[in-house]
Amino acid sequence: MTRVLAIPDQAIVDPITIFPEVCTGCNLCLHVCPVDLFLPNAEKGGPPLVLYPGECWYEGSCVDICPEPGAIVLNRPPAMRVNWKPRAECRPRS
Amino acid sequence: MHDAVEWPYPVEWDKTEEIDTDVLVIGGGASGCFAAMGAASRGARVVLWEKAATMTSGAMGSGCDHWEMAATNPCSHVTPEELADAMIRGHRGYNNGISHYIEARESYDRLLDLERYGAKIRDTDDEFKGADFRDDETKFMFAYDYVNRFTLRVWGTTFKRAMYRGAKIMRAQVVDRTMGAGLLTEGGRMGARVVGAVAINGRTGKFTVCRAKAVVFCMSRPTRLWLFAPGATGISEFRPPQCTGDGHAMAWRVGGSFTMLEKSLRGEWSGLRSFPPYSTGNNHNTWYACTMIDAEGRQIPWLDRDGNELKTVAERYRPAPGQKFYMKGGGEPDFPFYEFQGPETMPVEEAVKRGYKLPFYADLTSMPETERRVIWGMMVGNEGKTRTPVYAAYNKAGFDPSRDALQSYGDGWRSGQFLPQERQFFGIPGGMVNDWRLMTNLEGLFAAGDVLFASDCVGHAAATGHYAGRHAADYAAAHGSVALHQPQVEAERARLFGPLKRHSGLSWQALAEAITRVMQNYCGAVKSDDLLHEGLRGLEDLKEASKSLVARNPHDLLRAQETLNVLTNAELVIHSCLARKASSHQLQFVRLDYPEMDPPEWHRFVTVWKDESGVRNGSLPIDYYGSLTENYERHNQDYIRQGRA
Ligand SMILES: Cc1cc2nc3c(=O)[nH]c(=O)nc-3n(C[C@H](O)[C@H](O)[C@H](O)COP(=O)(O)OP(=O)(O)OC[C@H]3O[C@@H](n4cnc5c(N)ncnc54)[C@H](O)[C@@H]3O)c2cc1C
Ligand code: SF4
Repeated sequence: MTRVLAIPDQAIVDPITIFPEVCTGCNLCLHVCPVDLFLPNAEKGGPPLVLYPGECWYEGSCVDICPEPGAIVLNRPPAMRVNWKPRAECRPRS
Repeated sequence: MHDAVEWPYPVEWDKTEEIDTDVLVIGGGASGCFAAMGAASRGARVVLWEKAATMTSGAMGSGCDHWEMAATNPCSHVTPEELADAMIRGHRGYNNGISHYIEARESYDRLLDLERYGAKIRDTDDEFKGADFRDDETKFMFAYDYVNRFTLRVWGTTFKRAMYRGAKIMRAQVVDRTMGAGLLTEGGRMGARVVGAVAINGRTGKFTVCRAKAVVFCMSRPTRLWLFAPGATGISEFRPPQCTGDGHAMAWRVGGSFTMLEKSLRGEWSGLRSFPPYSTGNNHNTWYACTMIDAEGRQIPWLDRDGNELKTVAERYRPAPGQKFYMKGGGEPDFPFYEFQGPETMPVEEAVKRGYKLPFYADLTSMPETERRVIWGMMVGNEGKTRTPVYAAYNKAGFDPSRDALQSYGDGWRSGQFLPQERQFFGIPGGMVNDWRLMTNLEGLFAAGDVLFASDCVGHAAATGHYAGRHAADYAAAHGSVALHQPQVEAERARLFGPLKRHSGLSWQALAEAITRVMQNYCGAVKSDDLLHEGLRGLEDLKEASKSLVARNPHDLLRAQETLNVLTNAELVIHSCLARKASSHQLQFVRLDYPEMDPPEWHRFVTVWKDESGVRNGSLPIDYYGSLTENYERHNQDYIRQGRA
């Protein structure tokens, strides 16, 4: 049989950052991700690989289930940065 | 970015697993988990296939904040009949009377089930004691119409786990990462009884063949027909990316009947062009009824349904003088009906004409303290896709709801602007036709949740799921299983695994993009027979091209099969549009060749299906379901006898 490979998708987003020094490689994120964006690390205990970043739904199940605070972060795409400002600054321009 | 890596899971695409069950549920979202529980409650053996992971999958896998139409909760002042009637007349008849009556009658029961399985449905921590929207005895919290109290605010981030737990406690065999891919029918014939299904595992590629006495479809609705976001494919649509309407395509291939799929709306939320739902300043749904201000800090007036300005925040949560109850604000795309219309801010265009300055902002700072806390906290925080990406992220970045105003990016609750041909199924679109058992036109095939025509909402999915599960179990008990037609199994295997046999060819993303091009060009904001036939020709070309679709591993194979289902659904939608030879305001359906809006002879459900001779269409009277109460009671004596509903 020919070799079966996983080839990363051509994403324009970068939804997930995993901090390897915090991640224990428990793979819970990988178990709950609805799109199977991650693949398990070939090295036992290593952080999961982000193989299909373009497929992320940005709902945050992976972060919600992670037992190690700060091990995994969901990055908002730059095109979706939302503005807010102090209410007091909403006033007529003088 | 990684380099290519060796596939880490065992490769089993040359293996076949054969299983046998009473009821097979396909799709493990809100409706699927409850279908499994409902069927198991009648003693059936249940298998549930879920493409993703049941613990978190589906539209509300990460949360929800409203439980609608809970007419039988102890604080409600409306009856199931009144609510179903409002749903039906509010949509000028184009609604699923059966499923929404079931919702009104049973969705509160499902909420109590969830509580039993560990979900939080009451303010047990007394965080909102004394608030206008809280009942201090039951500790239930309400939204929208605080007088009539039939929509509950809920802690939906606890719900999906409770559903998963419930399905397991009821001993359903839950199988994750398994995509239902094709239906098997008696003798392999179109239009015949459904006797099983086949599936592919998204990690191993294993082929599973299931013989079942009844099958329940819980795979939600079609997506990505008009909208696709290359490079950010997961947010091509509002709904989860793995929900591509596979059930629709599977049923269409073997003769399932559909209605109302000619209805589509101009895009509301999708891709990188709009902001994530609920994450921007607005005053709908999660944010109802937040104060809006203009760039200079002036409040945009809140108006009742007659255009009278409301002076207080409390008035936004009360019906108008002489109105018994209201459903939602007037600004939601599917709810323009005067009789049940709630308060709403002045339309953006009108406000701008009167000198209010853009951009507008949601102003929680001036809301009463409990309203501010319930919106920014409970609602944003429990709604789907909000806890981590919105609530936690904005808090971390310093957003303070008692100080800051959050910018708004569209009119009403939209948070982006779409072209007229960029369409979407939103609100209550079409779907499978059902009878009073929630059985489809195919014997043995049941449907629940957003597979059904004119469906939406978690409570609806939960209620119809449980109901379809019960009736599927009863059907299974009354009908034996039937031997599978092996040539059909083999034909499905050949069809499904084709993309793995090729080394180069078309990618699923290229095909996905091409489908939206055809749909935008020929099935866009305006339609005609000529354009639609051109569209069918375009889809035929894509079918030819898709013969070179390539997949390198089980993950890609799932994406390829989903995209082929989208292609099939595109064909189904074009045939649905061809079948209605009249324009309709309610269906947001404009025909250049039949411009008259809503001629009375077309006030009916147009149905489409396939048989051996090709595509067929027919119609059903707009009230084909008859008396709601009588029919419900006739079909649910056991349930009623158990003291429920
Ligand atoms: C972000 C968001 C927030 C929402 N908030 C609310 C709210 O507060 N209140 C409300 O009433 N409604 C809300 N809704 C709508 C509501 O969530 C849906 O109407 C409801 O969940 C539909 O249930 P369902 O079971 O039909 O579909 P889903 O819950 O989406 O489940 C479909 C399931 O089928 C699986 N599946 C798909 N294809 C296959 C296949 N081929 N094989 C196997 N499995 C498959 C999917 O993975 C998924 O788990 C929200 C929707 C979204 C997207
Ligand atoms: S946010 Fe959701 S889709 Fe994205 S990686 Fe996390 S679990 Fe997967």
